[in-house]
Amino acid sequence: MITIVDYGCGNINAFVNVYKRLNIESKIARTASDLEDCERIILPGVGSFDHVMKQFNASGMREMVEKKVLEDGVPVIGICAGMQILAQSSEEGTQAGLGWIDGQVKKIDISQITYKTKLPHMGWNEIYHNGDFLFKDIEKNARFYFVHSYYFECDSKENSIATTTYGKVFTCAVNRNNIYGVQFHPEKSHQNGQQLLKNFANL
Amino acid sequence: MLQPRIIPCLLIHNEGLVKTVQFKDGKYVGDPINAVKIFNEKEVDELIVLDIDATRLNREPNYKRIENLALECRMPLCYGGGIKTRDHALKVFGLGVEKIAISSIAIEKPEIISEIAQSVGNQSVIVVIDLKKKRFSSKYELCTHNGTIKTGIDSVEFAKKAEQLGCGEIVINSIDKDGMMNGYDFDIIDKIREVISIPITVLGGAGTLEDIGKVITRHGIIGAAAGSIFVFKGKYKAVLINYPNPKEKEELIKNYFPQ
Repeated sequence: MITIVDYGCGNINAFVNVYKRLNIESKIARTASDLEDCERIILPGVGSFDHVMKQFNASGMREMVEKKVLEDGVPVIGICAGMQILAQSSEEGTQAGLGWIDGQVKKIDISQITYKTKLPHMGWNEIYHNGDFLFKDIEKNARFYFVHSYYFECDSKENSIATTTYGKVFTCAVNRNNIYGVQFHPEKSHQNGQQLLKNFANL
Repeated sequence: MLQPRIIPCLLIHNEGLVKTVQFKDGKYVGDPINAVKIFNEKEVDELIVLDIDATRLNREPNYKRIENLALECRMPLCYGGGIKTRDHALKVFGLGVEKIAISSIAIEKPEIISEIAQSVGNQSVIVVIDLKKKRFSSKYELCTHNGTIKTGIDSVEFAKKAEQLGCGEIVINSIDKDGMMNGYDFDIIDKIREVISIPITVLGGAGTLEDIGKVITRHGIIGAAAGSIFVFKGKYKAVLINYPNPKEKEELIKNYFPQ
């Protein structure tokens, strides 16, 4: 069962909709007990780093999610700000992150961007992935939909499984053991996104 | 490389889709869900859907319809029409819509922009500016209720205000150019682009892919939205939902996108 964590941040129904189309069972978790039978966890996230962390801490689900992910090894994927909170900290705020993958969230370097709109990095951009199972049957330079102004800088290169370029090259997908995160929105990225969410279900 | 967004805009009237000319004479062009299905196949960058009856008839958003649209959409969806309060916006957002478009309420009660932005994030609040060039003036004024009410408010000043209040994107919708298919109105696009730095999407006037190309050449990363060219084909305007295929789109961007 794919369990989508609803802690008041993000477009929960967009994930439900994708899994409906894929004929894969999913459910929404709003309390810790909803997570008891989870086999895959989706951690969405929209908003500022501190807001997302505070909401997650106040949701009553963090402890249960941590138990499932860190003790039971249940695969988890953080999406957008849900990926950023996997890091230890962010330049965007003062809250501590989850620290499940070593790294810091930094503001995108806009020094080389000449467009009038510099941030957010919004729209379709190519990613370059390392062939991880999460990207099975997805082209090397596939396009995904992004909306963000900060990115995840991994301490260890091994945790970066895909990059994109906006101004400079930066990580847009991370992985350590059963923990995944993507900066882009697979739930809104057509066939590529649907394939990625299917791959996650099949991990 | 980040690409400019090419966005079909669909108008809902009496449960069906219509295409207007200067906000009038809506011609029936099909069923909304069917159009979304086709645009999924075409892998469009984003979709804007506007219910043009709701505000005029003082109706709340049609949530059931929005839910059905969102369920079908595999791309980011921007929905507008009838959203008057933060609660309406949250309800629409909760149905799986990424971008909440507001227009008349943002003009009547600009602080609503901040209220909604605080709840759903700035990037999800889109202000649609329906504007018309004033006679004997270089100014463009804001209009509401499908262009029937002129507010006298200057659209450039209002765009600045919307940005300050936390709006995440402005859609510049030209009433004079709507359905005319003779090119975008660069005069007002340039003026608004000059004064705000949040993302902009332009709407009204695209008659060919070259028109879209021209706006991309001029402004680089921008949303180029259009109605007519994505629902009509040929000089007799036969109804045909269409969108450039990946190769055509790549060509267009290669030819017109400054690197």
